[in-house]
Amino acid sequence: MKNMKKSSFVVSALLAVILVLSACGGGSTGGNGGNAGTNNGAGNAQGGTKAGENFRIGMVTDRGGVNDKSFNQTAWEALKQLEGDTGAKVKYLESKTDADLIPNMNQFIKDGYDLTWGIGFLFEDAAKTVAEQNPDAKIAVIDTVVDLPNVESVTFAEHEGSFLVGVVAGLTTETNKVGFVGGMEMPVIKKFEAGFRAGVAAANPDAKVLVNYVGDFNKPDQAKVAASTFYNDGADIIFHAAGGSGNGVFSEAKDRAKSGKKVWVIGVDKDQALEHGDDVTLTSMIKKVDQAVLRVSNDLIAGEFKGGEVTVLGLKEDGVGLPETNKNLTDEVLQQVEEFKQKIINGEITVPTK
Amino acid sequence: MDKWRNIFNPSSVFVPLGAIVLGLISGAVIMLLGGYNPVDAYQALFEKVFGSPYDIGETIRTITPLLFTGLAVGFTYRAGLFNIGADGQYIMGMTGAAIVGIKLQLPWFIHAPLAVLVGALFGGLWAALVGYLKASRGVNEVISSIMLNWIALYLSNYLLRALLLEPGQQRSYFIHESASVSIGWLSRALENARMDWGIFIGLIGAVVFYFLLWRTKQGYELRAVGLNPDAARYAGINIKSSIVKSMFIGGVFAGLGGVFEVLGVFHYQVLSAASSGYGFDGIAVALLGGNHPVGIVFASILFGTLTYGSAGMNFSADVPTEIVRIVIGAVIFFVASHGIIQGIVKPFLASRRKLDRKGAA
Amino acid sequence: MMGEPEVIVELKGITKRFPGIVANDSIDLKLRKGEIHALLGENGAGKSTLMSILFGLYQPDEGEIHIRGKKAVIDGPGKAISLGIGMVHQHFKLVQPFTVAENIMLGAEPVKGVSLDYRTAHDKVRQISDQYGLKVDPKAKIEDITVGMQQRVEILKTLYRGADILIFDEPTAVLTVQEIRELMQILRNLTAEGKSIILITHKLAEIMEVSDTVTVIRRGKVVDTLRTAETNEEELAEKMVGRSVSFVPLKKERAPGEVVLSVEGLTVGAGKEKKLLDNINLTIREGEIVGLAGVDGNGQHELIEVLTGIRKATSGRVLLNGQDVTNRQTRALMDAGISHIPEDRHKHGLVLDFTVSENIVLGSYRDAAFGKGIFLDSKAVEKYAEKLVGEYDVRTPSVQNKARSLSGGNQQKAIIARELERGPRLLIAMQPTRGLDVGAISFVHERLLQAKAEGKAILLISFELDELFNLSDKLVVIFDGQIMGEANPAETDGEKLGLMMAGKTMHAEGRG
Repeated sequence: MKNMKKSSFVVSALLAVILVLSACGGGSTGGNGGNAGTNNGAGNAQGGTKAGENFRIGMVTDRGGVNDKSFNQTAWEALKQLEGDTGAKVKYLESKTDADLIPNMNQFIKDGYDLTWGIGFLFEDAAKTVAEQNPDAKIAVIDTVVDLPNVESVTFAEHEGSFLVGVVAGLTTETNKVGFVGGMEMPVIKKFEAGFRAGVAAANPDAKVLVNYVGDFNKPDQAKVAASTFYNDGADIIFHAAGGSGNGVFSEAKDRAKSGKKVWVIGVDKDQALEHGDDVTLTSMIKKVDQAVLRVSNDLIAGEFKGGEVTVLGLKEDGVGLPETNKNLTDEVLQQVEEFKQKIINGEITVPTK
Repeated sequence: MDKWRNIFNPSSVFVPLGAIVLGLISGAVIMLLGGYNPVDAYQALFEKVFGSPYDIGETIRTITPLLFTGLAVGFTYRAGLFNIGADGQYIMGMTGAAIVGIKLQLPWFIHAPLAVLVGALFGGLWAALVGYLKASRGVNEVISSIMLNWIALYLSNYLLRALLLEPGQQRSYFIHESASVSIGWLSRALENARMDWGIFIGLIGAVVFYFLLWRTKQGYELRAVGLNPDAARYAGINIKSSIVKSMFIGGVFAGLGGVFEVLGVFHYQVLSAASSGYGFDGIAVALLGGNHPVGIVFASILFGTLTYGSAGMNFSADVPTEIVRIVIGAVIFFVASHGIIQGIVKPFLASRRKLDRKGAA
Repeated sequence: MMGEPEVIVELKGITKRFPGIVANDSIDLKLRKGEIHALLGENGAGKSTLMSILFGLYQPDEGEIHIRGKKAVIDGPGKAISLGIGMVHQHFKLVQPFTVAENIMLGAEPVKGVSLDYRTAHDKVRQISDQYGLKVDPKAKIEDITVGMQQRVEILKTLYRGADILIFDEPTAVLTVQEIRELMQILRNLTAEGKSIILITHKLAEIMEVSDTVTVIRRGKVVDTLRTAETNEEELAEKMVGRSVSFVPLKKERAPGEVVLSVEGLTVGAGKEKKLLDNINLTIREGEIVGLAGVDGNGQHELIEVLTGIRKATSGRVLLNGQDVTNRQTRALMDAGISHIPEDRHKHGLVLDFTVSENIVLGSYRDAAFGKGIFLDSKAVEKYAEKLVGEYDVRTPSVQNKARSLSGGNQQKAIIARELERGPRLLIAMQPTRGLDVGAISFVHERLLQAKAEGKAILLISFELDELFNLSDKLVVIFDGQIMGEANPAETDGEKLGLMMAGKTMHAEGRG
């Protein structure tokens, strides 16, 4: 046996893979270095009979994949939790291109899954097509609305949460300048901007809000440049609603922290302090995608799937808001935030969406 | 007869085949290292692709754009140009088709062909621009076509926003039914798989590819320029116009890929943040297919099958998609480094020949 | 035989097959210490293949190699070098911007600590250079030195690596007369120092001058091995070609007819630019061969480029059959009746990866005979190619083989077939016999004379004076972009011509 030869082939194959993946990486693998995807979803929650044991729930990601450190990942973690809690079997499929959304959803449906999740606004048309073609299948989507009897849609009142972090920013800024970095200029992200502006204005009418859309959810380099411009311009806090691009904002803030300048970032979607640390993360505007996923999935297991309905999760429903712990916020700030929150819940304040 | 023997000579058949086998073996080794069962995985891949009429249809749908971009890269390569810009040409094709499909209202027998034509023209002209820059200013086509990929992406997003966007959506309006190139009865026969005329036009494109290059005087010129531009110039061939023409034709192929994606698969165009990557996959397909139309057809089938089947490996055998991309990557690597394969295949062929000779003696 | 020096290299029954051809068929060869052993054969006879085997570039299918009496398996150039074999290739393998010493060091760099030891290298290069009379400056850059000097650098390279068996592959193909003379001396110096040399060539005069032994190869087989002192050029030529060869072609006299080409005041380069062509005047008539003599690089290429539409003239006119064709496109000039046999057949004459038949229609593929309208009728092309291949004796297994697979002589025959059969009024031939063997040269000369007899006007550019004298009806000398004068080949001699080629007028005195 020519072992040497053989092993050198393996090595060259691995090299090839690295080359090809880095060359064709495009949008599908960008950003996430690790590979938690190998942790598959095959049901390994054994022990005792549980309520959801006979249920199978599938989830299709968009091109971001399951390790996007954003809502695909959050949703998947929620499903894993569901698996642990209820014994339901969960599984995901990643979409390499937009054209894969439909066949991936169909894969679950044809295999008789009890519920198929489409995570993200991109699923609007795909979920609609699939739902129409399979009226018996149950489908749930997040961040978009599909008006069909077998689809439950979950959306968030992002503007309400953004209002609260706007309040935080308005109260915390020392330069009276704060920034907003958006991903793509589209209605969902515009809601973040509008809420944030309103919150800053409500807490600190003198503060100015700088705005930049980098045009992509996967361009941290461009977001880093935008952040740098803002910080140079005198802003000391930046709120980002830019998905993977937002990592560039954090990176810029960390660079500045290293050279001794104190600047803040407000994270998005989940508590980003856990990932980027408390040194630069002031707080985060959390979208509790996990809550949404758990809620709808549990409803299904309980036999209460609300097909055809749209659930909007706002402050009242605890679907958006600040993290549980906020090391960098003073009690005073937190107290004001709580006051504004109550006003929004009572309807005293209506947060704009545009 | 001889022609076919030329195409399917031992090295043109066994080298890619050897590369595929080695790629699959490497993939299996990696799966074993990762604790997955490669036999289950490959079985799942196979079942995913051929398991149901729906899957067969969707596999064909996956193959179609790869075929087009493979032809786009292969054609220009024959004329001595490395077309990295198939991605941008593809996007321009989508945009052209979307504009005609949405903005105009015409009877179907005019509307669909016109939308296809305009999309193809968009792609062709976008590529011809690369050719023009090279011919007139000597700008390296690799550099200009990469740049133009980005420009195409943003230009297309701009046009989409300015002309076609449905309010509140991240995509255009739907195209008019009259511009659709979907094949309804075929879709219904294949359990709602998205079927359109693209694959047929793609196969015709492969024939046109062959015919143009090897059966016309123009093609003769393009190949001469591709193989030895100096000699071509001494033979009175206009190099500059050859460059522009070959880029244009390559761009038409890539553009058609985008056209059928819009008119046949989605029926709208999405504001996209990143390119589809089909252009780059097309490079691999062309390489795998030896820049020959027959090879490109087979390569796109292989590539599309692996791509679509990866979901099956993921779903049924719980192998992550990354592994499948590793297999695809390994296959490309082994084809690209055909020296290795030839080293392995040659002794087999040689011993076979020896046997033949002995047998004859 | 008593007193014969030891055999240092012995090839026994070497056979090498390539698809469709047996390049070497059971070849035996003995190289003795201190001798110059010439390997003579037409292009494609198998000389280069044999030497590539000895240098480890190919593996023989059958046969054995013995070096200094011991059987050796030479599986690569590295092994060959370690056995003391060095090869001076026809195409030099030098890095242009590097100095002589750096090129020689490449691959065998002396190291001092982590840095390269330039001093040691320089000293050693100089020492070897002095020992063999090579006169090479180790500090000169390759791009600044002459071709002849570059060849010496290649020789030095092999000596530096300790070679005592040297293979020279067509070493004189690229050299001037003067340089050839010097090379011959160097070869003698090398053998005087105990080196053994294999000299691949097809030039009989060189063999007679310098070699001790000759082995003649024809079609992959050894025809004979002779002592040089016991043979003559005629015998060698006959053995090489397989038939008797006439050396001086018969110039067929023919009264020149109408003027075909008329060049008037042609200039390239304006204002302060260096003028590459300066006020060139030239006429060529039907049935006339005008030989353009000159040292390479004095405007010959530029003149051809203007006449073939590759380069634009700044001023002046080109008339073809009285019609002004100045600065027309290449295609228009070809259509007007200009054919061209380019100097560099690989770069300009052929598409090497096209088939022979595709190459044969390069330039005429647009004819209606090869397909109607936009179509190309490959059957018609192949039929035409087969006809020409037969008429011009182009040796190829079939017209579907790649041009690359043909020997240099057969490639040239294919080009000549193509250019003559296009039916030109003016044929421009630059160095049409460069790198060809005796048989092919006489073939080319015959064809040119035949074309002349048919009334074609021919412009022959050559660096070989013999060729110009033998073929031309009129000689024109070019120097530094200017025409220095005309001469009748019957009334002038090489010496006078040489002076003009060096930029002297007939009446110039001494050295300037």
